[in-house]
Amino acid sequence: MEAALPAIELTGVIKEFRTGHDVVTAVRELDLTIAEGEFFSLLGPSGCGKTTTMRIIAGFEEPTAGTVSLHGRDVTGVPPNKRDVNMVFQSYALFPHMNVFENVAFGLRRRNVAKDEISRRVNEMLTIVNLDGRSHRRPRELSGGQQQRVALARALVNKPRALLLDEPLGALDLKLRQAMQVELKRIQREVGITFVYVTHDQGEALTMSDRIAVMNEGAIEQLASPREIYEHPSSRFVAGFIGTSNLLAGKASSVSGGDAVIEVGAGERIVVGTRDLAIAPGTELELTVRPEKIELSAERPAGPGCALRGTVTEVVYLGTSTSFTVTTTTGADVVVFQQNSALAGDLASRGDQIWLSWQPAHSYLIGQSAPG
Amino acid sequence: MTASALGRASEGTRVVRTRRARRFTRLLLPAYSWLVIAYLVFPIAVMIAYSFNKVTTGLPQVSFAWNGFTLEWYRQWSSVPQLTSSFWLSIRLAVSATVLATIVGTLLALALVRYRPPRFRGKAAYEQVLFLNIAAPEIVLGASLLGLFVTINLARGFLTLLLAHVAFCIAYVAITVRARMAGFDRSLEEAATDLGANSLVTFTKITLPLIMPGVMAGGLMAFAISIDDFVTSNFVSGSAVPFPVWVYGVTRIGIPPQVFVFGSAIFAFGIACAIASIVISRRRT
Ligand SMILES: Nc1ncnc2c1ncn2[C@@H]1O[C@H](COP(=O)(O)OP(=O)(O)O)[C@@H](O)[C@H]1O
Ligand SMILES: [Mg+2]
Repeated sequence: MEAALPAIELTGVIKEFRTGHDVVTAVRELDLTIAEGEFFSLLGPSGCGKTTTMRIIAGFEEPTAGTVSLHGRDVTGVPPNKRDVNMVFQSYALFPHMNVFENVAFGLRRRNVAKDEISRRVNEMLTIVNLDGRSHRRPRELSGGQQQRVALARALVNKPRALLLDEPLGALDLKLRQAMQVELKRIQREVGITFVYVTHDQGEALTMSDRIAVMNEGAIEQLASPREIYEHPSSRFVAGFIGTSNLLAGKASSVSGGDAVIEVGAGERIVVGTRDLAIAPGTELELTVRPEKIELSAERPAGPGCALRGTVTEVVYLGTSTSFTVTTTTGADVVVFQQNSALAGDLASRGDQIWLSWQPAHSYLIGQSAPG
Repeated sequence: MTASALGRASEGTRVVRTRRARRFTRLLLPAYSWLVIAYLVFPIAVMIAYSFNKVTTGLPQVSFAWNGFTLEWYRQWSSVPQLTSSFWLSIRLAVSATVLATIVGTLLALALVRYRPPRFRGKAAYEQVLFLNIAAPEIVLGASLLGLFVTINLARGFLTLLLAHVAFCIAYVAITVRARMAGFDRSLEEAATDLGANSLVTFTKITLPLIMPGVMAGGLMAFAISIDDFVTSNFVSGSAVPFPVWVYGVTRIGIPPQVFVFGSAIFAFGIACAIASIVISRRRT
């Protein structure tokens, strides 16, 4: 019964901030349904409204319009201390005058849990986050990564219906951040709690999430699985924000049976699926191709693939791969990643004339971005 | 070549010069510091010394010639009843004023740090009044308070003293606490709320413990100002005479040596407080 209810549901949520005479719209018309047990990410550039959305779910901000439901219960207007969700703050917000144990026990004490149960649950949680034997330390005696895990334990020990994390790894250095990504994912599997994860780091969102909502200027641009978002970005904004992608502009020359032939520049043709978009011949369009899907070759490749001709303008060695920037005859710059395998010699160097080719399935027509 | 040799030479003289300069400052700085300390401590030392001075005239009055050491005045510390009662009055007054002013001043500081004009109308006026309260000459405040109490026909005594002391202590507490609240992380309170604490629990478990050093400092300030206030107290004391007012009154006839005993005791208490606060803050870190 209950499992069928979404953990979190936002309906028509709008949030405006009034500062003097200005009105800042931080969130515009947000509809969002997050399922029980899901690892859900809100991804977007700084200032797009991620934190505000999270604070609306936690109850620190009241939406200007719209409703928030947790497990089917409308909680709009309910204060944060009466909502069954917990938040991990970006600054951790550990209580500096309490030791690790007291920090973690804070929520349980508020709910009058019995003393021995508190100590059992706190110690159990400290084990889960790998902080055994540190319970008498003060927060400032811990490293950044340890503080982060105390913050996590302090929230999780209450067994909330959902855990909200606002850029929780933002203050950690790269190595620790990658280790914590794996750690967070393990903990989430172990406790089985819904995670809502705010980040501006697309790599983080792609590796950890079950689903991602890409936000831009207070609205969701695309909500889908990491793979779908990476391979089939629905808008120019998403294509640009997630990874490196190549944008090619062209005109539909013929449409037949779910495929469109796009003319890019003089006479170069690319085949692309129409994705149920109503496309009339003559329409101006944009499509994307991910850099790692493109092959380089000296001769025009045989077969039905898409092919463009160009000149190599830049070669950057990246270790496991090499990045080539090719200026095509259509005028567009295209980035290509090639694995540096044992077999591959030097594929091309600056100034070489070269052919770019890829499977039609890998070029992807993108819709219009929502106006900014 | 030559340039680098020159550089090395000038470096050499610089080393000698800084060494000489260092030797000079090594003497100058301590000498200067000890002079300042002596300047500050000397009056207190005189007071403590004369609390052990024998009196030869037969009258129980301080004489400012050294007649020999005695513990007589410490043994007979309570033998001047008016002095003793004025001292206890001052203590009661300072403690009550400190408690009240610390509560009101702390809450005022919180409001001043937290809220801005749309919610807190007249915030600027509040800040001006706080500043004026400290900057205005005490003699003016004292005189106007007396005028006020006479006008509303309030009998001068402990109550008027308390009202006056609370009034001038609030500003000191508010300003001390506000200074300590700079950089207070509001997300700590949000975290407490998020973990299920209502606003009262958040205040008592999170906010208050964290601003406690500031509150204590403000309270100590209030106590120190209240216990030796003379100007305002002299205006509004009426029938209740606090220690400073009594001492001032008695100087015309002659100061009983017990005044120095009480003075030394207050000083010793102050030193004890200072040491306690150092010890406590050391243990915390
Ligand atoms: N309390 C506030 N008052 C005024 N404007 C705010 C407030 N909080 C956020 N904003 C504005 O709302 C927008 C979204 O902010 P935020 O949700 O913090 O973005 P993000 O977390 O994605 O970086 C920003 O333009 C920000 O300036
Ligand atoms: Mg943010």
